[in-house]
Amino acid sequence: MIQIKAKLIKNIEVAPNYYKMVLDAPAIACAAKPGQFVNILAGDKFEPLLRRPFSIYNVNDSKLEILYRVVGKATELFSKKKPGEKLNVLGPLGNGFDLKTKKAKILLVGGGIGIAPLVFLAEKLTGKEILALIGAKNKKHILCVDELKDAGAQVKIATDDGGIGFKGSVTDLLKQSVRPKDKIGVIFACGPKPMLKEVAYIAKKHKIEARLSLEEHMACGIGACFGCVVNTTRGYKRVCKEGPVFDAREVIF
Amino acid sequence: MKPDLSVKIGKLKLKNPVMVASGTFGYAEEFSSLMDLKKLGAIVTKTITLKPRKGNPPPRTVETAAGMLNAIGLENPGIKVFIKDKLPFLKKIGVPIIVSISADNDSEFVELAKILNKTNGVSAIELNLSCPNLGTSRMVSQLDKATYRVVRAVRAATKLTLITKLTPNVTDIGLIARAATAADTDAISLVNTFLAMAVDKDSRRPKLANVTGGLSGPAIKPIALRMVWEVSRTVYVPVIGMGGIMNTEDAMEFIVAGATAVAVGTGSFVNPSASIEIVDGIKRYLQAQKIKDIEDLIGSIKC
Repeated sequence: MIQIKAKLIKNIEVAPNYYKMVLDAPAIACAAKPGQFVNILAGDKFEPLLRRPFSIYNVNDSKLEILYRVVGKATELFSKKKPGEKLNVLGPLGNGFDLKTKKAKILLVGGGIGIAPLVFLAEKLTGKEILALIGAKNKKHILCVDELKDAGAQVKIATDDGGIGFKGSVTDLLKQSVRPKDKIGVIFACGPKPMLKEVAYIAKKHKIEARLSLEEHMACGIGACFGCVVNTTRGYKRVCKEGPVFDAREVIF
Repeated sequence: MKPDLSVKIGKLKLKNPVMVASGTFGYAEEFSSLMDLKKLGAIVTKTITLKPRKGNPPPRTVETAAGMLNAIGLENPGIKVFIKDKLPFLKKIGVPIIVSISADNDSEFVELAKILNKTNGVSAIELNLSCPNLGTSRMVSQLDKATYRVVRAVRAATKLTLITKLTPNVTDIGLIARAATAADTDAISLVNTFLAMAVDKDSRRPKLANVTGGLSGPAIKPIALRMVWEVSRTVYVPVIGMGGIMNTEDAMEFIVAGATAVAVGTGSFVNPSASIEIVDGIKRYLQAQKIKDIEDLIGSIKC
């Protein structure tokens, strides 16, 4: 974990309200694992005050890529940053996804901006049969299909309006896609809490292991403040330190 | 010219006046790869209680204008695990370790003080009489008599330097500070956080599960400064000032207002190495101003 001033190389809108930024951050890029995150300052004016956590979308040699959605003041500021500006980045943080699995079949489930860490994950899951289920509001917000395919994954899409792929939620699509004879090794999922809760329920019902990437409001991002806890069977655990990835069986939703 | 940055807090001699505030720096290990911990004047640990505490349900933090609210609820592993698992690392750093403690009653406070008194590697005790998130109707340091009683009981139980941390949520901070000094505290630290809340108008719910929390960050600095100034001209013991210190300029303002030492709290979340950058900043400021000794600046405010 290090703190650096990273030069912004690219910052483009890839879908309405969704942006991708590329940072020159060799030390973080080479240490990063899928599922880890970075904590970035939006400015030096103390308003917004705290860093914002972003999961690592991908790494490309010395470059660190972040996929983010504009949801408030801080992300709005990030979306206005221009190439050449320097950003104060802390990372890589947290434990990434545990990639170990005995069975070949892997399911990825991404809801909305929760797709962000799954491409990097798919790239690292070598020698596995991957089916990626991605869900979003509508066709415009379906991202990363080509990137997932390039990483060797099959992709199924769910949209709320049915404009493309399955009409309904990504968890409904998951229910359809989990067949008992498939012998799925692990479900990896990232997305909003209600989605993750549903994934945990489906995984439990089919006795499949699920590894969920959670989100909480964070202050420090490095385990010092105990602000970002989630309730688990082992007590409150810090999303930034013991997480952000948790075994679905231990999370108490 | 090498300016003298050292200050004395009770029996403690600090090589510089910059500490990190309780609850914002974990047990220091979290920061070790990001900064040179040896450069700190002192480290104040996250508050420890006799028994482990689970803390409050999430969400525990929310950001507000130039500040944040927290309602962690003193989650900690308890004194035994602290001494076994956390203290060995802290001891090795080589700076004074100030252990923050809290308790539900006087006898627990005394027991904690007795344990720490015989624990190698502990330089001082900070009595956290001011956590706003424990679900009690009053904090100890909201009442002068209770403050006097607890400080006195702990004072009798330990030879270690004793620092009393006060809440700003009172009508007369001087009154509470004097109660602590009457009970022979070696120093006063203030401010803890301001009781506050944040509301989600759409869901009509408070943004913190605990409903209320403590406000910290740049938003509270002017009030913290006023209180540090007020207390430092009221008592004879050193005052450790904190509340929204983000950089050297903020730290200098507290020192001029009367703080013998300062602590960086929420600032460490924004910039993990803010505290040691402030140490360097103060040194540079003294050099530039040709001031030989930090003591010449403490409480130098003209009013």
